Amino acid sequence: MISELKREIITKLEKETIFSLLSEGKRIDERGLYDFRQINIIPSLIKKAEGSALVELGNTKILAGVKVSPARPFPDEPNKGIFVVNTEFAPVASPIFEPGPPPEYAIEVARVVDRAIRSAEMIKLDELVIIPGKLVWMINIDIYTLDDDGNLIDASMIGAVSALLTGSIPKVEIVDEEKEEIRIIKEETQPIPIQDIPVSFTFAKIGNYIVLDPSYIEENIMDSRLTIAVNQRNQICAVQKGEGGGFKLEDILLAKDVVIRKADEMRSIILDQLAKKPRGDKAWEEIKGE
Amino acid sequence: MSLKDEVILITEDGRRSDGRRWDELRPLRMQVRVLKRADGSALVEMGGTKVLAAVYGPRESHPRHLLPPDRAILRVAYRMATFSVEERKKPQPSRREIELSKVIREALEPALYLEEFPRTAIDVYTLVLQADGGTRTASINAASLALADAGIPMKGLVTAVAVGRIGNQVIIDLNDLEDKYGDADMPIAMIPATGEITLLQMDGTMPPDLFEEALKLAEKAIRIIHEEQRRALRERYIRIKNEVLGVENDKRA
Repeated sequence: MISELKREIITKLEKETIFSLLSEGKRIDERGLYDFRQINIIPSLIKKAEGSALVELGNTKILAGVKVSPARPFPDEPNKGIFVVNTEFAPVASPIFEPGPPPEYAIEVARVVDRAIRSAEMIKLDELVIIPGKLVWMINIDIYTLDDDGNLIDASMIGAVSALLTGSIPKVEIVDEEKEEIRIIKEETQPIPIQDIPVSFTFAKIGNYIVLDPSYIEENIMDSRLTIAVNQRNQICAVQKGEGGGFKLEDILLAKDVVIRKADEMRSIILDQLAKKPRGDKAWEEIKGE
Repeated sequence: MSLKDEVILITEDGRRSDGRRWDELRPLRMQVRVLKRADGSALVEMGGTKVLAAVYGPRESHPRHLLPPDRAILRVAYRMATFSVEERKKPQPSRREIELSKVIREALEPALYLEEFPRTAIDVYTLVLQADGGTRTASINAASLALADAGIPMKGLVTAVAVGRIGNQVIIDLNDLEDKYGDADMPIAMIPATGEITLLQMDGTMPPDLFEEALKLAEKAIRIIHEEQRRALRERYIRIKNEVLGVENDKRA
């Protein structure tokens, strides 16, 4: 997967098995070529975060948390809130992650997720103003990888969206507008204003085959990677080709068709999971050892 | 009047801010093998404090000339998630995290037979997902479980808890509020199998007689936590045994 990181060793036998299965339209974990893995979301489990979600995409696990705090707006957009997506490739997640500054791939993941959320205008940023021109809410979305079994982009995307959907903003009283004095009332909150739910789909090109939602072992032998995100109206809101190699035009169109076909399904899985899963202390009971 | 005086940490009838008695632990929950990719892993919950630990190794490491020829090196990184605390923590490791990584490593090291794996590295990563006091002790409990889960030979598990003081009252397993506003906070780690204390820190003040009382209280609590660690490990290996023998999972086994 990650070109600048070490790739893990994969046996020739595994590689040959993957290829021979692909030639029959099958995958090593018995999925179809365009099936994504099972999604399991455990929402609102971090009490100190204003929003959070633990996401499992197959065996890949990430934990996304949202923190909100008052901040100065950007000078060119004085009446809009701010959001920042950051990924931490925590070394718990993989034998090849190390503590230290984020590798290129981590920055790429964060930026793809950021772009999809921004282009879809998921968050109503103009509703995040505290004192016009002076003080707005900043939403920090931090994504920690916990277990990397491939496709951190889509897992992170689901995590960011879920954490935002569970997120809240405290009420604010303006004490002195001139001096920018405010009082935050933590006990009274309102949901983060949301107007769209983008979803992303990542494909791997392995030889002449295209597969959706590559697992770790597939990422290890893939030639190239393509992510397409769409908003609620099925407009494409982010695209990213990664790794060396290339896609043919028909590959990209095929991928786009798969995305359009699957977007509603993924979105309803997310909403369904968020609606039915226990939150808070109960959420932790959902996490079980092997 | 300072904020410290306004916070009631223990009521007249001996209830703490979360309703516990002075010698009562928070609810404990421990599980091993919560991650697929790691060689060993554990999730430890001590009340509102939730810590994930992963172990990788023994494995090769570079540069090789830094690896001693007669034993493995143990590396520990303790980190807090940005959203684990009230005010967002910056993702870069703080001086506190660097110090805690060191003392946690030194708490774990005495339990390990590092000489069995010359020229290798064992990496222990702990990640605080939610902080409510006692994150270093929960990290040690989780890390030692993850080491055992990774099959690394040990003299025994390392078990840790914090003791503290509110006025003349010694208390066990401090929450965040007690940690911040209490009169003393003393984290302790021990290898119950050998009786060695492998971590001992304190801040605040503690009169000598209470110090001894606190140590004894900690030792008692450590035995309870140690039992829970053993249960978490046993549960996993009973599951494996049953799988191998083809028996349906049976809690009684």
